[in-house]
This record gives sequence, C-alpha cells and structure tokens, in this order.
Amino acid sequence: MDQAAGLNVAPAQAANGVERIDARAVNSPQQRSLYKSRDKVYPKLAHGTFRRLKWLVMLVSLSIYYLTPWIRWERGPDLPNQAVLLDFPGRRFYFFFIEIWPQEVYYLTGLLILASLILFLVTSLAGRVWCGYACPQTVWTDLFVAVERFVEGDRNARIKLDRSKMNASKLARKSVKHLIWILIAAATGGAWVFYFDNAPTLARDLLTLDAPFVAYLFIGIFSATTYTLGALAREQVCTYMCPWPRIQAALQDEHSLVVSYHPERGEPRGPHKKNEPWQGRGHCVDCNQCVAVCPAGIDIRDGQQLECISCALCIDACNGVMKKVGLPANLISYDTLAGIEAKADAEAVRYRFVRPRTVIYAVLIVVVGLVMAGALVSRSDLDLTIQRDRSPLYVALSDGSIRNGYTLKVLNKNHEAKSFALRLEGLPGASLQVIGAQSLEQNATAVLDVPADKLRSFRVYVTAPPSSVPSGLAQMTFTIEDNDGDSTASYRGTFRGPGRE
Amino acid sequence: MPTKGEKDEFSGIETTGHEWDGIRELDNPLPRWWVWVWAISIVWAIAYWIVMPAWPGLTGHTSGVIGYSQRAIVAQRIDDAKTARGPIAARVAAAPLDQIERDPELLTFALAAGASAFSVNCVQCHGSGGIGAKGFPALVDDAWIWGGTLNEIERTLKVGIRANHPETHDNQMPAFLTDELLTEAEIRDVARFVQSLSDGTKPRGDGAALYADNCAVCHGETGQGNTELGAPRLSDSIWLYGGDLASIIETISRSRAGVMPAWEDRLDTATLRSLTVYVHALGGGL
Repeated sequence: MDQAAGLNVAPAQAANGVERIDARAVNSPQQRSLYKSRDKVYPKLAHGTFRRLKWLVMLVSLSIYYLTPWIRWERGPDLPNQAVLLDFPGRRFYFFFIEIWPQEVYYLTGLLILASLILFLVTSLAGRVWCGYACPQTVWTDLFVAVERFVEGDRNARIKLDRSKMNASKLARKSVKHLIWILIAAATGGAWVFYFDNAPTLARDLLTLDAPFVAYLFIGIFSATTYTLGALAREQVCTYMCPWPRIQAALQDEHSLVVSYHPERGEPRGPHKKNEPWQGRGHCVDCNQCVAVCPAGIDIRDGQQLECISCALCIDACNGVMKKVGLPANLISYDTLAGIEAKADAEAVRYRFVRPRTVIYAVLIVVVGLVMAGALVSRSDLDLTIQRDRSPLYVALSDGSIRNGYTLKVLNKNHEAKSFALRLEGLPGASLQVIGAQSLEQNATAVLDVPADKLRSFRVYVTAPPSSVPSGLAQMTFTIEDNDGDSTASYRGTFRGPGRE
Repeated sequence: MPTKGEKDEFSGIETTGHEWDGIRELDNPLPRWWVWVWAISIVWAIAYWIVMPAWPGLTGHTSGVIGYSQRAIVAQRIDDAKTARGPIAARVAAAPLDQIERDPELLTFALAAGASAFSVNCVQCHGSGGIGAKGFPALVDDAWIWGGTLNEIERTLKVGIRANHPETHDNQMPAFLTDELLTEAEIRDVARFVQSLSDGTKPRGDGAALYADNCAVCHGETGQGNTELGAPRLSDSIWLYGGDLASIIETISRSRAGVMPAWEDRLDTATLRSLTVYVHALGGGL
C-alpha cells in the first residue's frame, strides 16, 4: 500500500516553496474495501484562523469542564454551597440559583429538547460546526493529538518514528506520550465526580483514600473511556460509532454552510512549476496539505463526505499554500452547495440563511425557552398531590355514610418548617380525618405540619352522607393554606360512593 | 464442494475453499482483539470455577475458594436491616400506642412496617387493604366485633380468635337448629326480626319475643352488639356472613365460628404494634 502512495513518482514540490505531502485519504474510493483494518491518521499541525479558533474553543470548554465544580454559591445553612451540584443522596440538583427537585426532572427533558433544537438550527445554518469545534470527542482528541505532537514531533516525525524499529528512544517517547495521555484521562474522569459531591471535600478524600468506592469506580470508568475514545479510537468514533453524522444529512440542505473545495477554481489540479502561467490550469497544486492536516484523514477535494467533521483545518492549510503561491485564499472554504454551484455557473452567489427550516427551529427554540422560563418562574414552593385509594373504592359505614381514603402528599420546598390548614370544599356534610395530623378536627379542616425541605404524606379519610354522592361520584376540592396565608395549593379530586342503577 | 483454499482474484484474500452456488467464502482472520477477548474469557471461566461455587454434585456443589454464598449475604443484609431499624423499632415497641400516631417519625415507620407485615400475614383473609370478604371481617369500616380502639386491635392481634393462646378471644353462638333449641319456623321469625333491626322494616310473627329470650343476652336488646363478648352489632348495615334472609337463617341455624391465629409469639413486639397502628389507620379504628 505504501508503495502505491507514490513517493517516488510525484515531485517533492507541488509549487514553488510548497512541500508536496504523501498523504492519501483513508476513505478514498480507490482503496475502499469491505474488510479493512484502520489506516492510521497522522494529522499535521495547521496554522491559521480556524486552528486558533479551535485552540480557543478547547481552552474555554475545558476550563468550563474542569473549573465549574469549584465555583461556590452561598445558599444558607445546611445546604450545599457548590454552584453546580448533582446531589443524588439529597435528591436535589443545584444550578446556581435554580434548585431542581426530583419531581421537576422534566426541566432536564426541556433542556435536552432545547439543546437539540439549537443543534438543529446551528447545523442547518453552518453544518457540522458542533462536530468540528465543540464536541467533547473533538476537543479531547485534539488535546491528545497535541500531546502526541509535543512528544513525538509533527506528522513526518511521527510516521518515521512508527516505522522505525523499537529502541530505547522510541520506547521512552511512546511511554511518555501514554503517560501524559493517562494523566489527562484521569484528570477528565476525576473532574467528573466533583459534579456529584462537594468538590473540595471530595478532592481531599480522594487523596487520602477516604472517598467512597463509587467515586474511584467512576473515575476509573471515565478515565478508561476518555483514554480509549480520545487517545486511541479518535476519528473512528466519529466515523463508525457516532449517529450524529448520519442524522445531519437530514438537517442540512444546499443553503447550509459546509467546508467545501471549489472544483471550478481548483481543477484541473497538478504541481506548478516556478514562472509557469496559471492560465489553463486549476489553482490546486495537489500538495495534499489539506489531507495531511485532516484529523479524520479524508480528502475534502473528493466532495462532501460523512467522515468530514467540518473543523476547517483544511481551509487553514490550503490558505497557507495559496498565500505562498500568490493566489487568492479560500480555494477550500465554508460555502453552501448552492454557492458552489452558482460560482461554477459564474452567477452571483446568494446566501439564504432565512429559510423555512431555520425559521421553524428558531421559533421552536424561542417557544420552548419561554415555556421553560415560565415554568421556572411560576413554580411554587408548595406542592400538593393526592392519590385516592383504589382498594377499597369506598367504604359503607354502619350508619350508612360513605368513607373514601386518600394519601395526601405535601411538599414543602421552603427552607423552614410550615404548618398548613387543610380544607375540604364541595362535599356537603362531609367530615375530614387525618391520621397523624397534630389535631383532628371534625369540621372538614385539619392542620398539617411539614418540616423544612421535606415531603410528608398523610392518610386522610373523608366521610360523607350518601346524599352527597347522588350518582355514585362527586367532585370536591382539597385546599391547603400556609399559616401565614402566603401560599396555597389546591387539588380537585373525586369522592366515590355506591353507583346508582 | 471443494475444500482447497485458493486466492480470490478480486480481493486478493485466501478463500476457505467453501463454495455455495458460486459464492465463495473469504478467509479473513478474526480481529485480533476479538481473539484475545475469547482467550481471556476462557481463562476467566476457569478461574471462576475455582473461585466461586460452580459444579453441582450429588449432594451439593463445589463451594469455591473464597466461600461466596448468596444465602449468607442475604442473611447478613437482613441482619443489617434489623440492626439499622433497631433504635426506631425499639421506640415503637416501647411508646404508648396513641403516641405513635402523634409522632410523625414513629407513625411513618409504623405505617410502613405495618403495611409490609399486613401484606405478608393478613391479606390472605382480610384482603388487600383490609377490604375483607364474606366471613372475613373488613378492617376498613367501623364495625368491630372485638373492638376497634388501638388497645382492642392490639389485643385481638396478640391473642387471636379461637386460637391456641390461653387468653384467646372465644365466643360461642349456639346452633339453634342443630342444637334443637328452636324450630325452623321460629328461626325464620327471629331472622326476620334481626333483619328489621338493621333495615327498619316491620317484623312479622313473634320474632321479637324469641330474640329477647335467646339473643339479646349477647347481641343486646336493640341489637347494638357487645365487643366484650365479640357479639356483632345487628342494628347496622354491615354483615359478616350476608344480610339477606337466607344467610341470617343459616347463621342462626348452624352458628358461625371464624378463627384467627394468635400473633403474639409469631411477630416481634415492634411489628405487632406497627400492625396495630396500621390496621387502626386503615380507617376502621377512627
């Protein structure tokens, strides 16, 4: 295979001052087969706008990931002061000023819907920029490749090292590389557990080996997956494991920005000799720099491909070459398929970012965002749920009256204990009994004490004369009211008696 | 079917020599990691046989070198759970019954423990949720043969009914027909009178006098019943064996004698008292 790559036949220079690299796309149609082991990709370091952007995104996203658990947020006594905390033992999620209780986990669904919609919108506008810049797989792979480059050198040095026989220097380099990789992986797995427990305490416990076993277990699992996926599997995760590239085709159309080669300008391609005219030939000097820098190991000049993660490093590489040979930039660029077609037909390019699908995604994002914000703002610090006994549906008492049993759950989200008055309305002649309530009043009211930040359940019995359930079923309302009169909650329920024929 | 391998022209890979209708099988090797996983699995399996209980024999099984036993683990967990529940169970066992109902912590524990004890020991007769059945008293209504206060429920649970406990609840209603105390006609009259106590109809015949002579001593002159004697109230609309005339006649003619086991020696004090609170909270004891 290596001989076929043609080191000997191609000239060493693609153009004046431009090195021609022996790089071949891993998915080139000529060497595609049904059964094929991995072609190792040796990404070359690119220089340019997009490479700088990728470094910046890496810095920001890794900082967010590693530092977030250490942000403090004062919530008052007996409550955690970690800004972002997924407190499973306490059954609470904390995000800065927001507290999520178990019964509010639907916010998570809302967030996921919102995130997908934003991803849809971004993808329909600018293609796979998520894949190219922000996806954790991309970020960590980029980091691991940077470490590899730091230890073993850039592309050519790495290829040479891999082809050389094992010796002390090679062993040392490889060991150092894997050691740094494992350290990064451990730091990644290690940071993850801080989201689930108080970070400073857990950090100390981890070091003194006092942390719970699950903490070590999860550090182990996440370290192993980070190392395997980010350092070893790399682009194979995107190509073979990730479903997202397969879905995105449905989200993009001819007006979405994609990383694309301009064949109308580049073809016919070929090496360029000094002082040769550019007329009658394309601007692509076939230097393969775009292939050499590609982390997915593909050739963008083959057109749109599933493997392309839209990271634009090929644009950086090509623009560098174009500058050297004195041609305009953007032989490879972010462009739309419609734009490329228009250029090929020498028509004016029109970019249409306002399209039905982008408008629909934007509107949905706004709607879902507003619904979530509304739900968050209007949520009560008091919650009442009532479950009617199913067995028995009703009990006929010896004096002929009817009794129904209910389980009543009062959730007091206040950080102080509260006492609530329970009232029953809409059932004439009914009386109310509560097991375990502090006082048992018979006049359809009772007092319920609920500790701070707690859910307490009560057994409640409602007794009513048969005349109150004329058709076997009556509607009535439970209301609880805070002793300060601050908050109330109601529950409309049914009262059942024997059915009338 | 030839079995000699040859090189496939198109892919350049050896074939296995197997051919079906012109389709030949390429001899691609298994991925290396797959082979390793297979080998490691074999080693793992052998180690597992040695370490864990594995091979059945005629009288038992190999016990493995680390002495792993799921039974022992379950027993240990049950012990742990008992220990963890110990302090609050001790408080439930010691506190006065009405105080358990007033203390939210004890009440929560007692209701949970009572519900689980109920579903193991009681639902078979009294039905799910204490709904009852013919011959098995409902525990959700307000008719109590032996009394529905906390203390009365606890006592009934402890001693049972016609059970092998020295102080067991026992009552004896004569079988008026079998014991030749009343004639069939008289029984019919009494039954009509008893029914009238409950539904307010006007009785016929001389049932009232027969009732006063034979039944009032236990069931009360107005049929109000007597929980001391375990004599059910007859003036309400709740019937253990049915309130239609035929059922009442059957009850008077041949008597009834339900039984319930005594639970004092079967359940520990905390469970017994939790069960008491639970049954009381079913609605019946209110």
